[in-house]
Amino acid sequence: MQLDNLYQEVILDHYKRPEHKGLSHISDVQVHHVNPSCGDELTLNLSLVDDAIVLSWDGVGCSISMASASMMAGLLTGKTLQDAGVVVDAFISLMQSKGTQSGDEEVLEDAVAFAGVSKYPARIKCALLGWMAFKDAAVQVQGKKSLGSES
Amino acid sequence: MSLNAALIRKDFPIFERLIRGENRLVYLDSGATSQKPNAVIDAEANFYRQSNAAVHRGAHQLAEEATEAYEGARLIVANFLGAHEDEIIFTKSATESLNLLAYAMGNSLNGERFHLGAEDRIVVTEMEHHANLLPWQQLSKRTGAKLSWFNVGPDGRLDLSDIDSIIQEDTKVVALTHQSNVLGTINPLDAIVARAHQVGAVVILDACQSVPHMSIDVQSLGVDFLAFSGHKSVGPTGIGVLWGRTELLNDLPPFLFGGSMVSSASMTDATWAPIPRKFEAGVPNMAQAVGLGAALEYLENIGLENIHAHEVALTGRLIEGLLKIEGVKIFGPTDLEMRGGVVAFTVDGLHPHDVGQYLDSIGIAVRTGHHCAWPLNKKFGVNATVRASIYLYNDEEDIDALIEGVRGAKKYFGDR
Repeated sequence: MQLDNLYQEVILDHYKRPEHKGLSHISDVQVHHVNPSCGDELTLNLSLVDDAIVLSWDGVGCSISMASASMMAGLLTGKTLQDAGVVVDAFISLMQSKGTQSGDEEVLEDAVAFAGVSKYPARIKCALLGWMAFKDAAVQVQGKKSLGSES
Repeated sequence: MSLNAALIRKDFPIFERLIRGENRLVYLDSGATSQKPNAVIDAEANFYRQSNAAVHRGAHQLAEEATEAYEGARLIVANFLGAHEDEIIFTKSATESLNLLAYAMGNSLNGERFHLGAEDRIVVTEMEHHANLLPWQQLSKRTGAKLSWFNVGPDGRLDLSDIDSIIQEDTKVVALTHQSNVLGTINPLDAIVARAHQVGAVVILDACQSVPHMSIDVQSLGVDFLAFSGHKSVGPTGIGVLWGRTELLNDLPPFLFGGSMVSSASMTDATWAPIPRKFEAGVPNMAQAVGLGAALEYLENIGLENIHAHEVALTGRLIEGLLKIEGVKIFGPTDLEMRGGVVAFTVDGLHPHDVGQYLDSIGIAVRTGHHCAWPLNKKFGVNATVRASIYLYNDEEDIDALIEGVRGAKKYFGDR
């Protein structure tokens, strides 16, 4: 079935058993993102512990948005902001590929399963919800850090 | 006389195409926009082919023919609503019609009939589409007028028990939808109109979901203004209608200023053309107006009573079928009393977007999301629902396909 390209097994697994879901009590930065076209909502906590990313998140949304946030949290946790940036850019580029890319498994690991989403324009925003929240949080946490180091 | 949807579909070329491979199109998203019959597509195209010229200007044959076609469409709309043709204002959409009213009222000077200030009140309902909520909410913010609203009960109907304390003596505007675009509820107007008029308020009706689907006569409805859009009425996009009572439109200042809407203009002042042109600045959407005329004639040939009866029967079949599926919850009335063919539902454990995507994969088009009625969704505690909306070209087979499709979605996501 054509639909199976979109709903890969690993995506539905993450949807049913999301990782890093449930907000931690501590965070350097918290962001809340909404997809106004469908009402999906996601809150993301980002902390840096010795420059390593710690993520937790919570939200309501479709399988694509929730699975994508789950996989992202797993992928980025423990990385530096710089290394995470490479992964984020690779994922965004995959989403914008209109089905022409299959994704670099070295960088994106299981998240290459979202390659099929790029053929469904209406769902790209779903897949990007968590990633855009992370981008936002990363900018904010860097701002905070540079302020902190100046004082 | 019952209606033959299979025959009607032959008038709509889009039903010849296939969806996501080899699936026939089951179009259950007419609440968002309707499909177009050849009569409408041809009327719009033929205007460009045969008569295109700027209306109300130009001393040439084409300008005459274009004006005749455009004004002919206005007469069709007027007859369709039981109104006078000067009371029909063409806009680009129902959204613009409602904004026109709100902005024109906002332009009213102190002492004028529609002037609003802190001592006045605007009343809406909790089930409004954003297009009939935000213009009034924002007008209230700009003018200081108070904003009140009727609540929606768990049964999806307006709670009118406090009507006299909601529509108070200070109320100047009551704006509400005729039929909810989410719940399918058709609102009873008599009590609201009576109370509004008792306190000197005008009643503005968002009729986007009713005009295309049932016989409407503005005189018997008793409301003062009414808005609907062409594209939900098998007509083109880019054309909407605002109807208002003559004496009210005369008292209402213009919203958009520009060409065609003046009777005189100098460097420092201007006076306005009589209605409806006072409200139609600029070269209007002529081909779309002509297309709308063809659309309403098409609907009238089939008969609005037939269309409504057909849709109510299908709605009953849909509600009955959906409720038999475990985990399906319907938002809105589950009886057919004062109810149109819009059915919003959720499926336990499945996100509406995923249900919609599965349905799409088998050729069924539905809407998913909050349907531009965010406050209503919050009231019912959901971020999104699946919405099926029925029109004259749907039949039992479409309804059964949707019901089977929802079962299929449960299986697809549940069993993997």
